[in-house]
Amino acid sequence: MRFELTPRPNVSPVMRALAPVAAFITAFLIAGLVIWLMGRSPAAAFDVYVLQPLSDPWSLQELVVKATPLALIAIGLSYCFRANLWNIGAEGQYVIGAVLGSWLALKTHGTEAGLWVLPLMLLLGIIGGALWGLIPAFLKTRFGVNEILTSLMLVYVAQLVLDYLVRGPWRDPKGFNFPQSVTFDPSATLHPIFEGGRVHFGALFALIAVLATAVILGRTLFGYRLKLTGDAPRAARFAGFSSKSTTMAVFAISGGLAGLAGITEVSGQIGQLQPSISPGYGFTAITVAFLGRLNPIGILIAALVVALTFIGGESAQILLKLPLDLTQAFQGILLLCVLAGDALVSYRIRFVTRGGGK
Amino acid sequence: MKADVSSSGPPLVELKGISKRYGDLLANDGIDLSIEPGEIHALLGENGAGKSTLVKILYGVIEPSAGEIRWEGRPVSIGSPVEARNLGLGMVFQHFSLFDELTVAENIAVALSGDWDLATVRGKLGEISRTYGLALDADRAVWTLSAGERQRIEIVRCLLQNPRLLILDEPTSVLTPQEAEHLFTTLDRLSAEGCSILYISHKLEEVRRLCRRATILRAGRVVATIDPRASSAREIAALMVGSEVGEIRTDAPHHPEGEMLKVASLNLPPAGMHGQSLRDIDLTARAGEVVGIAGIAGNGQTELFAALSGERLAGGPDAVVIAGRPVGTTGIDGRRRLGAAFVPEERLGHAAAPTHRLSENTLISHAAAEVSRSGFILVNAARRLARTIVQSFDVRTPEGDPQARKLSGGNLQKFVIGREIIRKPKLIVVDQPTWGVDAGAARLIRQALVDLARQGSAVVVVSQDLDELFEVADRMAVIHQGTLSPLKPIGEWTKEAVGLEMLGVAQASGGVHAV
Repeated sequence: MRFELTPRPNVSPVMRALAPVAAFITAFLIAGLVIWLMGRSPAAAFDVYVLQPLSDPWSLQELVVKATPLALIAIGLSYCFRANLWNIGAEGQYVIGAVLGSWLALKTHGTEAGLWVLPLMLLLGIIGGALWGLIPAFLKTRFGVNEILTSLMLVYVAQLVLDYLVRGPWRDPKGFNFPQSVTFDPSATLHPIFEGGRVHFGALFALIAVLATAVILGRTLFGYRLKLTGDAPRAARFAGFSSKSTTMAVFAISGGLAGLAGITEVSGQIGQLQPSISPGYGFTAITVAFLGRLNPIGILIAALVVALTFIGGESAQILLKLPLDLTQAFQGILLLCVLAGDALVSYRIRFVTRGGGK
Repeated sequence: MKADVSSSGPPLVELKGISKRYGDLLANDGIDLSIEPGEIHALLGENGAGKSTLVKILYGVIEPSAGEIRWEGRPVSIGSPVEARNLGLGMVFQHFSLFDELTVAENIAVALSGDWDLATVRGKLGEISRTYGLALDADRAVWTLSAGERQRIEIVRCLLQNPRLLILDEPTSVLTPQEAEHLFTTLDRLSAEGCSILYISHKLEEVRRLCRRATILRAGRVVATIDPRASSAREIAALMVGSEVGEIRTDAPHHPEGEMLKVASLNLPPAGMHGQSLRDIDLTARAGEVVGIAGIAGNGQTELFAALSGERLAGGPDAVVIAGRPVGTTGIDGRRRLGAAFVPEERLGHAAAPTHRLSENTLISHAAAEVSRSGFILVNAARRLARTIVQSFDVRTPEGDPQARKLSGGNLQKFVIGREIIRKPKLIVVDQPTWGVDAGAARLIRQALVDLARQGSAVVVVSQDLDELFEVADRMAVIHQGTLSPLKPIGEWTKEAVGLEMLGVAQASGGVHAV
């Protein structure tokens, strides 16, 4: 006996719309089962994971803060994934963006530099991420090297570069030998949108990126080029779209947005360079991009949802003594459920009992 | 002599009420068919009539939804091709399943069930080759062989298993006229020895040459079982299509003038390991005429198309000249902007993106169509254009703006050709315009191409279908192993002469080699 997926002749739009909701409920049920098997109350966990963060103004702000880098990176990745190119190294592009942007902050530290510092930092962040992203793109178009491997391995290179800098040349001389840079001047700091709040201007960048991407992917020839390259590469060549320039463009865009996320996080959130500036945003953003089905608005929603699991996970660790790994497990379950839901909307499972087949 | 069809005793194989349902589509609907021992039975029908489905059911590849198969009067269930072979069925598929890197003998040995060593296979191969006149060199690697020779391997492979029923799916689609005649002789001989043959085709002449009984399918049903020799080609065509098939109107060309395409000494290295290189191609197409390029698949047509369209750039700027402008180093966009249009062989995946809607698919020739402005897509213009194409070219669609893959082959081909013709291009290059397309659609497409030429465009048609080229072309050349024969007016060609050029023996000796 074996399974076969047969395409459904008609895919109902209602089912397509409800699939993520069903996926959500299923994921919560599975996670509840795991928690119950660990001897805790699923109801209490649901309360801590979902209800409490959503009912508290402080954690609502925290939600936006955490969703910001996720959304920025995932939006960038959606350009790559639509074109069927696999940038797995957003984490590295994030780090290099943060490093290059911070270089200016450290250079101007203690001087009377004015308002130009911050915009230039952000620009450098974008450039740094884009250049780091262009390395695997170049290797792929020039030598045919698999971009999955190179982009992933460059993550470790980027992390070691950061590690070297904060332990070596960029270490704060007055920092009691802690591996961290000086704290950025106010001129190099991304300020909160509301006085005294936690949400900084990075959230606005994410929102702009979402809207711009919705227009670019849906309404421009460039967006169509990516879709066509991903769905039918020969047709894309027939349309006159060079696959090399497409590859370079999407890696530059996704690297640039990851770099922007990196410098935004460092200047708006952390305030200095340290060995660890990301809880794995670059990797989690891959999940976010697919949870959002590579649709800009979907990605925005998915970023908020995944940010919720981060915050809920932290409080569950404190309040229920649940391991932080459970959060990652839940993110994985959620992604699998969404992908399975999508597959089941378009295909039906058939049990084949007899031999045959091709 | 052929076995007597009205012999007593049960038929060799009998299909009763075979149905196969795919979702909403009934691919086979209560089909009855019987084949006598030693009979060559034709299965006729247009593309999409359900021939392939029926044969796959018979060969155990797919399972019928309903119905019964009887073998020598006794009901059988054929669960897999292995079971089919054990019963005594052999099948030669339209697309060969051979390993390019292996030799002929190795390919045969690999596919045989049971204990066979290479020496035995070689011995048997020689025996069968001699008996049936199927010349094959056991030690040649398959990739060096012509399509006709590859087909012979498949046939020999079947014959080694002593089949009682041999099924051939569109066997002549890859053969030259001479090779086809050779195949017919072999089939006559097999039939005389008592082997039944189920011959699937949509070419009437062949069926009339070979068979005494033909079962005609239309839209999944048997519409008639006839003696093809007793009916005219026109009657049979009407049964297949369900209506009268008209002929193409070709008014005499006005005096063609103005070279829209000029190719001079074009050379192109092969793209892949077993690809074909192009050597010293010279070709012209003038406004107002249809130029045909004949040839068996795999002789450089794909490469020639890529070089003409600009998907592959070859040589210097002067290697390809479109509308008087050297474009040898200009990509496909630039050539479209000069008024050229292109339709590749593959509809899905090359000419159109399967999962994209028709309106989105109009964007593929965006460089020359009015569907974008300064980088932005004009969504309404694209929808309007798609609708106009659908209406002007009789494209039958399941809904308003469906995905390309939802269309049948013929309808998608009408759309893809319509998308280019509607721009009134000065030059259009079409590779296999009616490949796998039903007769009605094929007629519409050919007429549209001829009309376009008569309105003053240059039309280049690359096709394996000789009848098609004789119908539409004003001048024709034959491509063989990457070289092009001289371009001559269609009246100066005979089918025999074309066949010789296809085999590459025209200049060599002027006679037919035993191939």
